[in-house]
Amino acid sequence: MEPYQQAIAEQVAEEQRHHGKAQFFWVWGALLVMTAIEVYLTYRNMPPIRMLTILMGLSLIKAALIIGFFMHMKYEISQMKWLTMCALVICLSLMLIFFPDAFRILSLGAK
Amino acid sequence: MADATLTHDMPAAYEPSLFGTYSKKIGMWLFLMSDSLTFGALLFAYSYGRISTSNWPTPFHSESIVNATIMTAFLLTSSLTMVLAVRAAVNKDAKAQRLWLLATMACGMGFVILHGREWTKLIEEGLTLSVFPRLAGHAATGELGGVALSVPQFPATFFGLTGMHMLHVTLGVVYLGVVALRRYFIPVLLLFWLAAWLGTPATSPFHYGAHVLLLASVVCSIVLWLKPKVYDSSDVEVAGLYWHFVDLVWMFIFPLVYLMSAKIL
Repeated sequence: MEPYQQAIAEQVAEEQRHHGKAQFFWVWGALLVMTAIEVYLTYRNMPPIRMLTILMGLSLIKAALIIGFFMHMKYEISQMKWLTMCALVICLSLMLIFFPDAFRILSLGAK
Repeated sequence: MADATLTHDMPAAYEPSLFGTYSKKIGMWLFLMSDSLTFGALLFAYSYGRISTSNWPTPFHSESIVNATIMTAFLLTSSLTMVLAVRAAVNKDAKAQRLWLLATMACGMGFVILHGREWTKLIEEGLTLSVFPRLAGHAATGELGGVALSVPQFPATFFGLTGMHMLHVTLGVVYLGVVALRRYFIPVLLLFWLAAWLGTPATSPFHYGAHVLLLASVVCSIVLWLKPKVYDSSDVEVAGLYWHFVDLVWMFIFPLVYLMSAKIL
């Protein structure tokens, strides 16, 4: 690695030395609990739309915890946070454009 | 003109990064963003098929749900051990770093083995793709034999999505193995390949899929030969980013594919 890159990496490592270990266990526990809730909901007969909404909500919370704490995004500078996350969310949201077509096929009664 | 030099205000020794971190990490983030679009496309394709198909199957019995839940627990635990490996690396504790990396690999392998078992069970029940080796008798008589014929979108999107994820987990284990053990991992990888190849019947897709490990061992050998090095905390952190991403993707596959297609009586 180039010396100046090494210097930045050392600085990042120094910042990470101050992160408490306990928070990672809390996040891990929260992720397991949310997974258990998801499985519990599966064993209850819920309307699919309601079930999907709850499951996706929990998945988004889990994703935020993983990105924020395990991937250390919480500790990055704001340029890094905003540019990466906004780009990702916008690109993924653009794929929603296909869903109206899926509903159209269903309403046509195509087999 | 030959003596002219370009000058700028930035000091030559140290140029601050726009993103406040080193290039390797930014490179991995860019790769993960592009990879998330790959998985995004697969997840959207699965959801599209599900919405547009009125007779979408619900083939996952309680046994499959329990299996997938254990797989999820394996991945979540592997993320914890990975973050502890990064922590050990920044504290320059080489022994703890290696142990946590090996623990992460063990959880990843547990995930792949359980996933392989799930695939095998589904294939035996008749859910298959035309590219898979023929399994005599099962396709016609299995519980899911009709599903593959009446709703071909389901096996196509299910095996496509989960197979891509399984490939990522497998390559993640290889990546961590190289970071943890460096060149000593190559013979271990070759042993894994032999075990996976010889330990699975010729009718299993994993019999041929095991050659991914052989290919990975060739690529890793070339990389380690061209650039032998001791991996430092930045390498462990970048490997960790990849591993957490694999975990993150599963957080969407598990509810969308398994829990929303559960058959709980």
